[in-house]
Amino acid sequence: MVLSFRPQGIYCEAGDFFIDPWKPVDRALITHGHADHARPGHARYLATGPAAPVMHHRLGDITLETVAYGETRRIGDASVSFHPAGHVPGSAQIRVEVGGEVWVVSGDFKTAPDRLSEPFEPVRCHSFISECTFGLPVFTWADEDAVAAQINAWWAENAANGIFSLLGAYSLGKAQRVMSLLDPSIGPILTHGAVENTNAVLRAQGLELPDTVHVSPDLDPKVFPGALVLAPPGALGSSWARRFRPGTTGFASGWMRLRGVRRRRAVDRGFVISDHADWPGLNAAIKETGAENVFVTHGYTDIFARRLNESGYNAQVVPTEFTGETLDDEPMTDGPE
Amino acid sequence: MKQFTALYTALDQTTKTSVKVTELARYFGIAPEEDKLWCVALFSGRRPKRAVTTTKLREWAAERAGIPLWLFEESYPIVGDLAETIALVLPEASRDQDEDLSTWIARLRALGVEDDAARKAAVLEAWDQMSAQERLVFNKLLTGGFRIGISRKLMTRALAQATGRDEAELAHRLMGDWTPDTVSWETLIEAEDAGADLSRPYPFCLAYGLEDAPETLGDPSDWLAEWKWDGIRGQLILRGADHFVWSRGEELMTDRFPELARARDFVPDGTVIDGEIVAWDGSAPMPFNALQKRIGRKTVPKTLLKDAPVIVLAYDLLEENGVDLREMPFAERRARLDTILGTLPEDAPLRASSVLPFKSWKTLADLRDTAREERAEGLMIKRASSPYHTGRKKGDWWKWKLDPLTIDAVMIYAQQGHGRRANLFTDFTFAVRDGNELVPFTKAYSGLTDAEFRKITAWVRKNTLQRFGPVRQVRAEHVFEIAFEGIAESTRHKSGVSLRFPRMKRWRHDKPVQEANTIEDLRQMLAQYG
Repeated sequence: MVLSFRPQGIYCEAGDFFIDPWKPVDRALITHGHADHARPGHARYLATGPAAPVMHHRLGDITLETVAYGETRRIGDASVSFHPAGHVPGSAQIRVEVGGEVWVVSGDFKTAPDRLSEPFEPVRCHSFISECTFGLPVFTWADEDAVAAQINAWWAENAANGIFSLLGAYSLGKAQRVMSLLDPSIGPILTHGAVENTNAVLRAQGLELPDTVHVSPDLDPKVFPGALVLAPPGALGSSWARRFRPGTTGFASGWMRLRGVRRRRAVDRGFVISDHADWPGLNAAIKETGAENVFVTHGYTDIFARRLNESGYNAQVVPTEFTGETLDDEPMTDGPE
Repeated sequence: MKQFTALYTALDQTTKTSVKVTELARYFGIAPEEDKLWCVALFSGRRPKRAVTTTKLREWAAERAGIPLWLFEESYPIVGDLAETIALVLPEASRDQDEDLSTWIARLRALGVEDDAARKAAVLEAWDQMSAQERLVFNKLLTGGFRIGISRKLMTRALAQATGRDEAELAHRLMGDWTPDTVSWETLIEAEDAGADLSRPYPFCLAYGLEDAPETLGDPSDWLAEWKWDGIRGQLILRGADHFVWSRGEELMTDRFPELARARDFVPDGTVIDGEIVAWDGSAPMPFNALQKRIGRKTVPKTLLKDAPVIVLAYDLLEENGVDLREMPFAERRARLDTILGTLPEDAPLRASSVLPFKSWKTLADLRDTAREERAEGLMIKRASSPYHTGRKKGDWWKWKLDPLTIDAVMIYAQQGHGRRANLFTDFTFAVRDGNELVPFTKAYSGLTDAEFRKITAWVRKNTLQRFGPVRQVRAEHVFEIAFEGIAESTRHKSGVSLRFPRMKRWRHDKPVQEANTIEDLRQMLAQYG
């Protein structure tokens, strides 16, 4: 086995390193900067160059070495390379080769392109460790332009009626992706501090985002009639959001595909947009790896593994501590989707 | 269908009632008459007869989506709604349609006489020309059930807004035994003579629960009190030498309660009475579960007629000699009711629910404490001068129920909810202690906050001992206070009891399992209150 599953996380014995470990280890290879993948406390980190600024922002002064996409590193007896996962800017799948046998850890990934992330690249391998957050046939995503049109139409209508559009989106990745879809001619874009902090990090590394106004405590909302307000989902129902009245709420997430979830969140509008692969995307990605063995982690793992086995793969479920596993652990408020 | 889908989507996308009313009113302003009629019918629970079984729909949807049936079935509970699951798994349409709602409904109903092959072809063809949202609406038409938070009151308000007609009058027009086949928009909503249907009930006047002390109601002499019975609220209508019995859920129940036909022998034609249908032991109401045996049956076997005969405990008079009395003060309606019922023989299937005399709120409170002995669940307090309102209006009618019975029980099984609660564990089975054993005795679904449901859901996932299909056996660790309205002996339950309206009153974080109540406690409650 090139990779094995240990209590600390996914482990490579040949190179003596872990991938996205959830307990402190000596050497951690990190797929991307979301909190459930890039945890504090490791002695040494390795990640892609574009993932580094966010990791420094979140984890502070860590020992972080960077690597370019496609560049091969030798670690012990293992050859390691990082390949775009299309999830958020800087996100990677990690390829590990030992003695001619190739394993790939997908991290979180999305096959459809967006306007910010490096587009997903399929990587051939023998064994593939895949997330399956949305591993059910009910999850299919419309293309990004269609969602952009929905969000802009919603915003424009609200702006015409003189009401604020409060849109909940996870502050790293989703919020910026939503911003990349907005039509700034409709009105001003206001941002919650959590979103604006990430904006600053990503702008500094050269990503183009529309102009935004940070909602500081002394900001007068009246100066920005018809504004769209981007905030982490948890802030929508809080006193922070109360200054934007009259207002209507929206939520950008793959879970919005399900009416039940949308109604439980009691938001006025749900926009179906996710940084994870949908059902066709998952199946196509796995097929393109050419892998025989598939290990599925967070998501609808039991169901997805059964379907893969039925389709001729040798699939099994691997328990991990990555979040986004269920709707009910509130992945939308305090963890990446 | 595009207009109706847009309406459905707009209604579904908002939680604000004012927006819902506006959207409905707008629809009533623009839609063709036949579509409007169907819209009113659908939102008031009058759905087209199911032309295709849901089993077939699942098979066809899975086949069309290119997925095995098991995968469809696994997806369904996660989505929580069958019509929606189908809409979501199907591939995108190859073309578009723009036909009226009523046209689609007519097409659906015509399928009833076709064979399965023809039905399948028609349904697949329909799916192939609809967006996901249109499919959802179409599937809802197929499977029945449009529960999207449109109350009768809300729809009536929108109709009033769109037509400029009086809300109460419209509410009355929408009552009763009509379908889009038997009326037109014109006769239902607009024609002057709307009272032609003899069976039509009046909209029920509904009470609010009394939350403050009764002293806040002011002078006791302004009020009349009566027992609040635990039966089925119903309207008994005697018109045209015939009789009709309606439930508050607006179900025509005449045939289920044949003994009420004899009311015609005692009460003059042109009378409408509001009261409680209860099973009667000759001197008092029987526990609700006696009546329950009667509810599900359309035809009643003789033994059941003998074991659980029903009567109406009457408390209001809405029509006398064919004249609508609803604007008359309650005290006067009540006096007229007593005049009609005063001369009835003992064996009449109709009795007055007594007006309870009280001089002060204190005496009424003492009376309320004896409600269980009277087989009542509390008191009704009604303002003597009040009209018979349409629907729920605050201020004139109050229900003052007894505090529920409670017992501390251990959660042992959990199951996921549906719809809004899909993917949350919300349906639980509770047990009481019996030595070292746990004996299940009730299920409960409601009473916790969303935050508590999320918390218990996370816990259930980590503490599942065994799975039985959708049901999970969990570690016996959490104690909940279960509140309920009544307890009765039951041979169908292992514990030997069944509860009325069980719900979770509190999550007793402070109580270990060893301090939960026992089967002995439950039996004592049965002896005392059963």
